[in-house]
Amino acid sequence: MNTRKTNAKTNAWTSAWLTVLKRDLLLALRRRSDIATTLFFFVIVSSLFPLGIGPEAAVLSSIAPGVLWVAALLAGMISLSRLFAADFTDGTLEQMLLAPQPLAWLVTAKILAHWLVCGLPVVLLAPLIGLQYALPNEALLVLVYSLLLGTPALSLIGAIGAALTLGVRGSGLLVALLVLPLYIPALIFGAGAVAASQHGMSAQAHLSLLAACSLLSLVLAPLATAAALRISVE
Amino acid sequence: MHIHWFKYSSPQTFYPLAGKMIPWFAALAVLLTIAGLYVSFAIAPTDFQQGEAYRIIFVHVPAAWMSMFIYIVMAGWAALGLGFNARLSAMMAQALAPTGAIFTLLALVTGSLWGKPMWGAWWVWDARLTSELILLFLYLGFMALQSSIDDPRRADRAGALLALVGVVNVPIIYFSVKWWNTLHQGSTINMGVAPKMAMTMLLGMLLMALAFWMYSIAVALMRVRCIMLERERSTDWVKALSTGGQA
Repeated sequence: MNTRKTNAKTNAWTSAWLTVLKRDLLLALRRRSDIATTLFFFVIVSSLFPLGIGPEAAVLSSIAPGVLWVAALLAGMISLSRLFAADFTDGTLEQMLLAPQPLAWLVTAKILAHWLVCGLPVVLLAPLIGLQYALPNEALLVLVYSLLLGTPALSLIGAIGAALTLGVRGSGLLVALLVLPLYIPALIFGAGAVAASQHGMSAQAHLSLLAACSLLSLVLAPLATAAALRISVE
Repeated sequence: MHIHWFKYSSPQTFYPLAGKMIPWFAALAVLLTIAGLYVSFAIAPTDFQQGEAYRIIFVHVPAAWMSMFIYIVMAGWAALGLGFNARLSAMMAQALAPTGAIFTLLALVTGSLWGKPMWGAWWVWDARLTSELILLFLYLGFMALQSSIDDPRRADRAGALLALVGVVNVPIIYFSVKWWNTLHQGSTINMGVAPKMAMTMLLGMLLMALAFWMYSIAVALMRVRCIMLERERSTDWVKALSTGGQA
């Protein structure tokens, strides 16, 4: 009896989680221009730097890790305001708050959807931009690894900022002020991993720390986001 | 003797108490500042390596201490406010933020004034300078968030959550910046003050730190009194105050 109850509960949790994930992905697919905006932003920002600095390959490849990571950070950030805004306006968020499943659990599905829509494309596009910056092959590989490990942390931490600024005037700029300082560790380890591999050192330590950042935010950020959503919605 | 600890947790009773405490803390701040400045400028010996320019640390180091300490205290008040739904705690957190931000700015400015003669540069991407700058960003984010939310209760709770997230992140940011710094710079710059400080130097620094502490309390209490009046303006006790009643 007891096991059947827990089974039913687990099933309800899983199906609710999958529903939220599918719904957010479907909504994103229906509005493809949103995904494109994030990607183009990433491409344009990282293409502006060579124009400002000059085309010397040596200079470009030395600034590439930092520039690409900052561009990825900003691209992830500008899409944050969309994370909860539509659900907040049409009342879906209130239903999620009332759902029998914990809000923090449902929030992880929304964050995963945000990462799949805004983070993953940037990860896949980054090596192309890296080529423009004359990055060697191993560094390109490390760049992809570091973004793959680090961008989830960006989405997770960003969700706290998005939840806190929900329905606040000027929330787009405010989110930048709240979230960017918290992104600094990910930036340091991510860009550091690429730079280390450029200098012929092992990127292992940086990547491990980056993964640690992501895991820590995976544990704490959904709880904080759920608390922030309750504050914002009530 | 039975003490009613929560008596002063309501703005109405705390307002007059704060009013009585302010002159004491302000007087202590002035006295300690005079003593501290006297010790640091008249008694403390000239540093044999850094000359007279080192004396800026008597303002710089206490300001840096206070900037970090106030952030922790602010987060503590915020957590109390969030946990117990206590209005006054949230007001204290809000009142402390500008003071903390000012000390952070002061630490940055005095740091760069010290850096120019010592390192030959106004700004060096040193781990401590950089994390102090990030701390300033955290303060600014806290204040920006609170001031952009119109409903004061929501502003309190949102700000409190942000302060708590910040407290969790501060050590991570500090160590990542420190590590970043050692990777990029090597040990060309030795930032440490002379390993053995003269007793009077330490005394001057401690006196200044205490003076800043008292100043922070006095100013935070003044600010919290303003916040209380503003937020409770529709209550009877504030109306009684404004019509000339004694509180």
